[in-house]
Amino acid sequence: MSSVLGGSQALWFVSRASGLAVLAGFSAAVVAGVAARLGPGGRLRLAAGELHRTLALFCVAFLALHVATAILDPYIKIGWAATVLPLASPYRTLAIGLGALAVDLGGAVLVTSLVRQRLGYRAWRAVHWLAYLAWPTALWHAVTAGNDLRIWWVALVLWGCTAAVGTAVITRLLSRLRGPALPDGAPP
Amino acid sequence: MTRPARLRVDFIACDGRGLCAEALPELITLDDWGFPVVSGQDVPPRLLADARATVRACPRLALGLDAGAGGHDRSA
Amino acid sequence: MTGTRLAGTRLAGTRLAGTRLAGTRPRLLYPGPAGLIEHTARYGPPPSGLSRPQREALIAEVDRAGLTGRGGAGFPTARKLAAVAAAHSPAVVVANGTEGEPASIKDRVLMARSPHLVLDGAVVAAELTGAGRAVIVVHRDVREIMDEAAAERARAGLDRVRLEVRTAAGGFVAGQASAVVRWVERGVAAPTATPPRLAQRGLRGAPTLVQNVETLAHLALIARYGAAWFRSAGTPAEPGTMLVTVLGAVREPGVLEVGTGTPVGQLLELAGGASAPPQALLLGGYFGAWVDAAGAPGLPFSSAGLADLGAGPGAGLVAALPVGVCGLAETARVVRYLAGESAGQCGPCRFGLPAIAEQVEQLADRRSADPWLLWRWLGQVDGRGGCAHPDGAVRLVRSALRTFGAELERHAAGRCSGGPAGLLPVPSGSRR
Repeated sequence: MSSVLGGSQALWFVSRASGLAVLAGFSAAVVAGVAARLGPGGRLRLAAGELHRTLALFCVAFLALHVATAILDPYIKIGWAATVLPLASPYRTLAIGLGALAVDLGGAVLVTSLVRQRLGYRAWRAVHWLAYLAWPTALWHAVTAGNDLRIWWVALVLWGCTAAVGTAVITRLLSRLRGPALPDGAPP
Repeated sequence: MTRPARLRVDFIACDGRGLCAEALPELITLDDWGFPVVSGQDVPPRLLADARATVRACPRLALGLDAGAGGHDRSA
Repeated sequence: MTGTRLAGTRLAGTRLAGTRLAGTRPRLLYPGPAGLIEHTARYGPPPSGLSRPQREALIAEVDRAGLTGRGGAGFPTARKLAAVAAAHSPAVVVANGTEGEPASIKDRVLMARSPHLVLDGAVVAAELTGAGRAVIVVHRDVREIMDEAAAERARAGLDRVRLEVRTAAGGFVAGQASAVVRWVERGVAAPTATPPRLAQRGLRGAPTLVQNVETLAHLALIARYGAAWFRSAGTPAEPGTMLVTVLGAVREPGVLEVGTGTPVGQLLELAGGASAPPQALLLGGYFGAWVDAAGAPGLPFSSAGLADLGAGPGAGLVAALPVGVCGLAETARVVRYLAGESAGQCGPCRFGLPAIAEQVEQLADRRSADPWLLWRWLGQVDGRGGCAHPDGAVRLVRSALRTFGAELERHAAGRCSGGPAGLLPVPSGSRR
């Protein structure tokens, strides 16, 4: 156990754990976002919308932890630039690069959401679709950059996230193919 | 010292999702087709913070809070 | 110069009549089409090449003249001109000759008779607002005539402003100002949200002046003859002349040019008099209001004169409903039409108008309707849309319930005073 408590091991564990937390949070945020759009009832949509926003911010916090601990870890060489620049990491260039790409895409979604009142609905919406690109990028990063899939419950979390997001995405696509969401409009 | 402010709905943007009525039932109700009915009155100061939060909660950015709001542009 | 043929302007089965005037010489409408030469001989050359102080002076003159919009909203023209002129980027003028109101033909008649007056007005408006171009959006019935007039001017090298004639979209809401702008910009004739106002950001982001073609025609004359001349007709509060379409149970339906404030009874007389005893009059347009025929003849046809009755001159329209036609049935047809003409962008209008139409149809058919529900929905729809379309429909229905109270009672007892409806023109499938 004393080796686990050694500094660099701690950073490594925290990085992996927070990475998993980000993925789980991101997945929950996607599901909440779709529920905010398609859920039955204004109450559910409101709650889902608030949850979606809260989870997104939760992700940002844990993402900061995940990135910082990974870069500060003396055992591997990544460098700060690799946070946002894909292909800038000497260590596992592609895998870390996917993480950087996910940060870029997610960052665009985050920034536009923070200023969306000023940006206007159309521009905000257009960028928001990038979230559907950011998630699989993050998942791919998790699968290639981490070694933890052999741990059964980590694999379970990953598969669970994939199933949840997959369901949400398919639901969302189906509703879009059926046409823009129409309010009921039926008089009592 | 807060300035008077009124809720305003952009009905072209509004989709009738109903989040606003859930978030601010004191000031917003839904008509028979699920679209928000806002009074033309000023928002009471105790509800201003909630009103702002409700404006942010609208997924279509259809709800606004401004001074002297209401009506379409009759000069056009 | 082509003839005066206006394709498809038969009005309720009768031919388009000539023009008549009450008390003053014609201003906008002279008989026959006017080519550029006749136009210039009649009115004199248009003002052009205005310097900056001259432009400001002319806007002040228009303000003194008290010209207001003749498209239905009645907004002071000088204020609009000043707002667009004050903008910091190059403006554009849009002349609105859409005439989406099916019962109104005055804009078409104006464009057919005096196309150059409209174009003069557009050019003056462009010069006053610093616009380099004017887009003239016209009903398809008069596209050819307007094209020819614009071509004539281009050949004569008349204007420094570029004129572009476009065909308007069909449909009732297509004539709404922001809908016209969106139609020109993107081929979608549906209103847009304001803010931002068109005077700040309109056609492709430029400050845009949208003005009804009749208003522009008046502007062209004020630019020549001045405010005092304009004020020599009409009332002090609402000066000038206006074009009025008179239709329904009159002997000679058509378009009149009259001073604002002319008594309604005189308008009917000028249209040949009633062809059958009138029961009620529809004033303003399909977004206007019914008034009882009994008190109507003395009413001045002006905003001030009609305000107490909840009516207004609107788009300059008077339709006479004779005794023996069911006013509720006519209203039901119009309301159903208006419901179908909703741009469909706003929930209360898109769902509320058909619901209201259903109730009015039930009243007209002597089936049982729920008056509580109807009043509830009228209240829920009024003022809750991106444009004034639902407001107009609500106004029409409320006025019908007021004016045809006796008919309502008859219907409740299973009777009806009238034969089949069909007096007011209601085009089918005109939109999109």
